Amino acid sequence: MKVDMERIKKVLGPKKQFIHGDHALCYGALLAGCTFYGGYPITPASEVFEMMARLMPKVGGVCIQMEDEIASMAAIIGASWAGAKSFTATSGPGFSLMQENFGYASMTETPVVIANVQRSGPSTGQPTLSAQGDMMQVRYGSHGDYEIIALAPNTIQETIEHTIKAFNLAEEYRTPVHVMIDGDIGHMREMVTIPHDIELVERKKPKVPPEEYVPFGPGLYGKKKVPEFAVFGTGYKTYVTGLTHNEHGFPATDDQEVHDKLVRRLCEKITDDREKLTDYETREMDDAEVALLSYGMASRSALGALNQARKEGKKVGYFRLKTVWPFPEKAIEELSRQVDKIVVVEMNLGQIYHKVREYSHCEVVLSGKIGGEHHSPNEILAEV
Amino acid sequence: MDEIRDADMVSGKVIQERYLREGMMPHIFCSGCGLGNVLDYVLWAIEKEGLDMEKTVFLSGIGCSSRIPGYIDADALHTTHGRALAFATGVKMTNPDLNVIVFTGDGDCIGIGGNHFINAVRRNLDITVIAVNNYIYGMTGGQVAPTTPVGHIGTTAPYGNIEYPFDMSKMAIAAGATYVARWPVYRPNQPINSIREGLRNRGFSFIEMMSPCTTAYGRRNKLREIKALWDFYMENTVLREDYEMTMKFGSDREKEAVANKIVIGVLHRETKSTLEDRYYEMVRELME
Ligand SMILES: Cc1ncc(C[n+]2csc(CCOP(=O)(O)OP(=O)(O)O)c2C)c(N)n1
Repeated sequence: MKVDMERIKKVLGPKKQFIHGDHALCYGALLAGCTFYGGYPITPASEVFEMMARLMPKVGGVCIQMEDEIASMAAIIGASWAGAKSFTATSGPGFSLMQENFGYASMTETPVVIANVQRSGPSTGQPTLSAQGDMMQVRYGSHGDYEIIALAPNTIQETIEHTIKAFNLAEEYRTPVHVMIDGDIGHMREMVTIPHDIELVERKKPKVPPEEYVPFGPGLYGKKKVPEFAVFGTGYKTYVTGLTHNEHGFPATDDQEVHDKLVRRLCEKITDDREKLTDYETREMDDAEVALLSYGMASRSALGALNQARKEGKKVGYFRLKTVWPFPEKAIEELSRQVDKIVVVEMNLGQIYHKVREYSHCEVVLSGKIGGEHHSPNEILAEV
Repeated sequence: MDEIRDADMVSGKVIQERYLREGMMPHIFCSGCGLGNVLDYVLWAIEKEGLDMEKTVFLSGIGCSSRIPGYIDADALHTTHGRALAFATGVKMTNPDLNVIVFTGDGDCIGIGGNHFINAVRRNLDITVIAVNNYIYGMTGGQVAPTTPVGHIGTTAPYGNIEYPFDMSKMAIAAGATYVARWPVYRPNQPINSIREGLRNRGFSFIEMMSPCTTAYGRRNKLREIKALWDFYMENTVLREDYEMTMKFGSDREKEAVANKIVIGVLHRETKSTLEDRYYEMVRELME
């Protein structure tokens, strides 16, 4: 499916708009060249689906309502193999159902983008309220060893930009990429500027003839650990399986070496680039003795706390992860050598907190809030 | 359609060279298994219909039946258990020019995949599903399936199955499939013709193949010998035409004799537009 950027811009409308976080995901997806959305309704992500249902047919893309989230995830993987940049959005309960096929997408190296507009769990929890409850599920929810890329924007503008980036990374690394927002970013409105000069990463297709093509072998003219992708119907006759497979894609389920080589490559294609993928923002860190470490929606509360602390003359700094996975190990280690204490501010009972502790040499404490309300500055500063 | 006859068959060697993936051999199927026959029939149908193998995608779930696409030299997605039809929906909607053929087992299709199945049928995409019904979970060693007859033994029903089974083909008809046929594997020509008709039909085509699993099913049900299983199918099936005639004109005794048999043959045909046609029609209108 060919993407007509002029048409997309026309369909999206004025360059400056006051839009909804869920809609920002859609705008980002369209600008990134997404042509397939498969979804299932769930609060607070339904507006993504409803907007995609309006936009996709107008730009020649597909939007389809599947029977559940297992199926939405399956459909977008199928669409990706047929050549589409594909997308779905969901929240906690749906995200749990998608785990099986997240693993399948990782194992088969299928580029797909998933947005999680997080709400609180366990189970149905608080459907209409906000949380950051899936930060560990996104990393470890499916079975087996794998690595994932997950971004955590904290404004509506950044949600557009991160969604575009997610599509680019999915193509670059041939892997599922997650955009982790939450019910409040999803449902709040802010002024945005629709980016028009965007660099898009397109799928690397094989240049060799089919008889020389090794579908899960080394990449020949890009990253060595990322093989070129032959879209179905282009004559390459690729066998794709979630079973442990050799470089030709054929099952080799009882071969320790094949499995070891495959799964290590799948992990390393992401972890080798950990530094490159690391992305964070700092404020007032030069003289800081305590760092407020946060990501996504919770970082907006951390910012309030930062401003109040500085007014009170406290040497507090702000460190916000924009990419949560792969975990920025080195950046956290350096941060922990620079300050005496790190306060991890997140809307859960300590998911990234443990990860921060793992790489820190200073005291690390948790300021975790759940229940759908945000941290007050005082609540955060009580931990400083 | 020109009906296929024995004399029309190209040699097995030609089929093998033209369609099979050498690198995947030897296959995993047990001796006595019907999956080789099913694969044969599908390839013969493809040969007869002249399908372009560069534009044909096979999908499958998990199970012995779902391993079939691995042996065919074409693009294929061997997906997760029960989900092949949801993956197929993404493939076909993205590129309607591709021929999409799905292999699935009875457990895959209407056990774990039941919800995907009825919804995929309802949407009426132009895809052809070959559902291999061996009345058991073969790959995992003989646990009962939603198709296992009452009283039959499975490893998870050691005292006999007490649950009522599903009739997959009837479910497909009820959910809105536009072509439905059911054949036991011991008849080669009729299934080949049905697969051909399914491939030609623009819409959701469902072909149920009754296929023996001697290892996980026959062995525990006094049907260990392949001949015993084939005879069992022969004795317990009735052609749709014969069934209808008997029900119309037969005596009470004759009616009683066929009442509980599995009806085989072409069970349903109807014409309606496909999802992808309706969708892209909408796109054309919106993009004008
Ligand atoms: C989610 C999940 N649950 C269970 C399994 C284990 N499993 C593999 S094959 C199979 C049964 C397959 O039976 P059927 O679909 O009838 O195919 P057959 O092997 O008989 O051809 C099961 C339960 C799995 N792979 N995935």
